[in-house]
This record gives sequence, C-alpha cells and structure tokens, in this order.
Amino acid sequence: MRKDRFEGTSTYIATDDLKMAVNAAVTLQRPILIKGEPGTGKTQLAIEIANSLHRPLFEWHIKSTTKAQQGLYEYDAVARLRDSQLGDDRVHDIGNYIQHGKIWEAFESEEKPVLLIDEIDKADIEFPNDLLRELDRMEFYVYETRQLVKATHRPIIVITSNNEKELPDAFLRRCFFHYIKFPDQDTMAKIVDVHFPGLKKTLLRESLNAFYKVRDVPGLKKKPSTSELLDWIKLLLAEDIPPEALRSDDNRTAIPPLYGALLKNEQDVHLFERLVFLDRRSGH
Amino acid sequence: MLIPFFYMLRNGGMNTSITELLTLHEAMKCGLADYSVDDFYFLSRTCLVKDESKLDRFDRIFAAYFKGVEDSLADMMQDVPDDWLNRQAELILSAEERDMIEALGGFDELMKALRERLEEQDERHEGGSRWIGTAGTSPFGAYGYNPEGVRIGQRGSRNRRAVKVWDRREYKNLDDSVELGTRNIKVALRRLRKFAREGAADQLDLEDTIDKTARNAGFLDIRMVPERHNAVKVLLCLDIGGSMDDHIRVCEELFSAARSEFKHLEYFYFHNFIYESLWKDNRRRLSERIPILDITHKYGADYKLIFVGDATMSPYEIVYAGGSVEHWNEEPGAVWIKRLLNTYKKAIWINPEPEDRWNFTPSIKLAREIMDDRMYPLTIAGLDEGIRALR
Repeated sequence: MRKDRFEGTSTYIATDDLKMAVNAAVTLQRPILIKGEPGTGKTQLAIEIANSLHRPLFEWHIKSTTKAQQGLYEYDAVARLRDSQLGDDRVHDIGNYIQHGKIWEAFESEEKPVLLIDEIDKADIEFPNDLLRELDRMEFYVYETRQLVKATHRPIIVITSNNEKELPDAFLRRCFFHYIKFPDQDTMAKIVDVHFPGLKKTLLRESLNAFYKVRDVPGLKKKPSTSELLDWIKLLLAEDIPPEALRSDDNRTAIPPLYGALLKNEQDVHLFERLVFLDRRSGH
Repeated sequence: MLIPFFYMLRNGGMNTSITELLTLHEAMKCGLADYSVDDFYFLSRTCLVKDESKLDRFDRIFAAYFKGVEDSLADMMQDVPDDWLNRQAELILSAEERDMIEALGGFDELMKALRERLEEQDERHEGGSRWIGTAGTSPFGAYGYNPEGVRIGQRGSRNRRAVKVWDRREYKNLDDSVELGTRNIKVALRRLRKFAREGAADQLDLEDTIDKTARNAGFLDIRMVPERHNAVKVLLCLDIGGSMDDHIRVCEELFSAARSEFKHLEYFYFHNFIYESLWKDNRRRLSERIPILDITHKYGADYKLIFVGDATMSPYEIVYAGGSVEHWNEEPGAVWIKRLLNTYKKAIWINPEPEDRWNFTPSIKLAREIMDDRMYPLTIAGLDEGIRALR
C-alpha cells in the first residue's frame, strides 16, 4: 500500500498542526472535522488533499433541507408509481429507482477517494447522528434491494463546519478535530506569496498592514478573511495601485483604496468610515 | 503512560472520553508522533479536543503536565469558583449588615433615614448632572436590590463603591450545559410548541393524493407537503450581573432548557433594564452591542418575547433619562421596553424573585405595570402560567 502523507501543496499553505491532524486522519482512516472562520480555506483543504495525494474527490454540499439518507441513496417511489401506470417495463426492477448518493459513490470508488461533507452544520440537528454508523463502519444497508453496501476503500472523509449548530458528542468522538486559526502575519505572507508569486515586497507589506488594521477595528460584523485579502490584492494589482497609497499614516488617504473588497456589509463600511473620520479629526 | 495525563484533562474540566484516548494510542502506534514533543502536542490536540473553546484549557493542562507545574491546575479552575466566591462574599456582607440594622434601631429608623436621603437625591437630580444620576442610583438601587436591604442605604459610600465594582465585573455568559433539573422546565416550555409546515415539500400527502387521483379519473396525481416543524420563535432577554447573581443557577437552567427546546431561539443580555441596545456576549458587551431597533427590524412580530430579570433596581433606572447605572441613556428604559412591546405583542416577564416580595419593591411594581401584569415567578407553576399567556 502506498504511504500517504499530506504536506501542503504549491497552492495551499498548511501549518504543522494542520498537517498532523490530516495525516492522523488519513493513517487511522477516521473522518476529520475542520472548523474555522469563514474564508480560511476549510473547503479548499479537501480539494488540496485530493490533489496532493492524487485521489478522486467526491463533494457533498449540505443544505438546510439535506437529509442523511440522501448521501447514501434515494428511492424514487413516485417515479415508480408513475411508471406502473404507464406500463413501463422498468418498473419490475426496484433497482432502477434507487439513485446513489455521494457516500455510496465514494464507497464504490476504485481508488481510495477523498469525500468532502461541506458545511455539516447547515443541516438539521439530527443529521450527524444519522451518519454515525456509516462513518464508523463505512457500510450501510439498502432496505429496498436488501443489499449491504461496503466501502471498497475507506475514504478520507473531510467534514467542515461553520459552527452554526453544535454537533453531537457521539459524532465528535469519532472524528479528528482541527480548528483553523486565523493565520498570523508571517503565514499570511506565505499564503499571499503562493497566490501572487513575485508580488512586490513593499506592496505585500503595506497591504498586510492595512488588512490587519481593518481586522482590528472593534465591532465589525464580518471581519475580512484570507479569501477577501486575496481578492483585494488581485484588485490592487489590476488597478495598479502604488504601495504608498496603502500607508495610512498619511491622513489624506487614511481609507485604504478599494476597501469594498474587504468589508462586505454596509454597516461595517459605515462604521469603518466613521472611525477613520474621527481618527482623522483627532489627528489634526 | 498517558493515563495520568488523561485524568488530569478530565479533572481540568475537559470531557475527554476513553475512545479518544484509545484513538491517541492507536495513532502513536502508527508512528505519527515519534520523536518530537511538538508533533505529540499536535496529535494529542487533534485527538482529544473537539471544541475550539476548549483549546486554551487543553494548552494549559498540556503545559502543566509536561512541565510538571501542577500548581497551575489551580488557576485553570479559576473561572469555576469565581461566581461562587462572589456569592459567598455577598452572603457575608449581608450578615454583617443585618447585625448593623439591629445596632441602628430597627427597620423604621432605617426607612426614615432612607426617605431623607431620597429627598436629597431628588433635589439634586433636578440639577440634572451626570454625577447625581449615578449617586442617586446607588442608595436607591440598594433599596430596590433587596427589600430588607434598606440597610445598605446607611452606608452610601460603600454602596457607590459596590456599583462601580459591578460596573467593571466581567460577567460570564450563561452556561447552557447545566442539565440538572432542567427537565421540568423543558416540559413547561414544551407547551409553547406550535407545529407548522414550512420549507420544501418532501412528504407524501396521502389524503390529498387519493382525493386528487380520484378526481383525475384514476390517474395518479401525487401531492406533497412540507414536514412539520416546531415553528415557535422566541426572543429571550436575560438580565445579567448585579442583583441577578443570586439567581444565576436557576437562570442557567432555564436558558439551557430553552436552548434545546426551540429551534428559533435568539437570546440577548441586558443589565437591570432594557435601554437602547442589548448584547449577546458578556465578555464583549462594551464593544459589541446590538441596537433595539435592529432587533425589532430583524426579528418579525411573530417572535414571542420573554424577559428574565428580577426587575429589582431603582425606579429611576426605569423612568428617567440618564437613569441607567452603566451609561448615560438619552431616553428612559420605559420608552425602550414599550417600543419592544409594540412590536412583539406576545411578551412576558419572568421574575426569579419570590412573588410575595414583589409588592415591596417599587421597581417590580413599575415593570409589572409596563408589562400589563404579564409578570410571572420563575417557578414551574409560574412558567406554565406565563407560557399559557404567550400562546
């Protein structure tokens, strides 16, 4: 068997603790639960694991109406009833009306796959409990066809959560857990470097300074995160803004240009403008 | 080898389980953390901690265990006995003061002294400066604080100091993990359940299907309906700190029960009375406040509003602008609470103070008038009655 080790990729900077958590999950074949502020690359992690280990990726995005059963399979009784009225021959085989869900697909994969269960907290409170056995034993039973589906290779399961609902203890105990901390300035510089190689040092420094200053504004409803910083730098480059314009000790340009990319909420924009205004007044 | 560490984690308040410990052993057997303490730290963290709010606690226990500094276990526990100590202090104080009343010649004397003090405060209040606002609050607030506590008015200076202490106190958020004794409360809250069909239609409506199929000359016409959910929406406003410290346990029970009982539950905190803004996190209550107007705009009139508070304070804090103990409020609390009540017609006030004391505290009477008498004691029977009023 190939020995899998995740070391980050050319487009994804993983900290040592994140690598350890992923490698533990891969080695022991248990699910890993990833939490963290929005925009810190939780979903991206699964994609990068699949890329770096050369595994097929199955993505299951959870919505508030998603049921655990849908990940396994769905039996379309309504279509079968209709077909029975129309005299379709397909009706005699119940298997024709069983649609495979993402978990089933992942279980049947030829190669050891990566399965992403994205934003598990969006679903009903009971959702994680309904998946306990499936994630533990990696098998489930199809009642309609009396068949046991067993994973050919235990998939690497990555689960993300935004903390909108608390997850049950029994579920947590079966997972490895990692909380992606907001990166510090050094790690952030590395992340930006991966996305914009060869960015001018001054622009990098000034934009990071401005970015962390905006993040420190008290009372923001939504703090800008890594993905917003990357968008903002993309804009700065596209508009060819000189690094000097980002320096905020100059009173005239205290508001960083194009800050709409960082603040996504009009109340935050107002608050920010007001604070900058007050600051400028007291500066004189 | 990790057994003592495991028990230290558990004693330090982490609910680490045996399964998780075994997972850690298994991971070490696979050689995931062979020669480096850092690796071991990362590995044990990902195996044993499942909640980011526990990370800090884990770090401290880890450091304590692996440096052998067992003393620091003591400060790990510091958030637990904090409240408990405070309450102890309060008990000791009131015992002292109780002695003092007797020394000063009983209740009537005290009332007289208090009345004089109040008149003095009233005159100054017309002067309208901020200082009087605060000072006026303190003896009177003390009066409201506890009907027998009139005694506190005897020592104005000490009392003002007390107000400042509350002002700075870091109130903890209510703990929703308290499960003891919540069953009765849950049963009472369950009466508020109201099932409604909402969201995506994903269940077969058998009756309608038969009906429609018959009308369709026997050809199937499938009808679907959304699933039934508990559709009750609740806004819970909790008084925190100060005189509420005596009731913290029963409030935690109520809060814990309410959290698990309602899907649509929003909670806010206030101190003593409702003013222009509330907050959700007591640690950041000075920086992150939510204006009442935002609340009434965000949550529709179909929400039911429940206040939980002892309503025990100075009447100034309700009826005067600038009466708040914590800040300068431009408009009196009574105006703000009425704005809330205008939006949310279904509202009750749950009061943890025993009902027989309500008549002795003017501020409770006032609050009760504002609430149109919809004030209920925080007992199972009182909750039952209150929930019925909400339906």
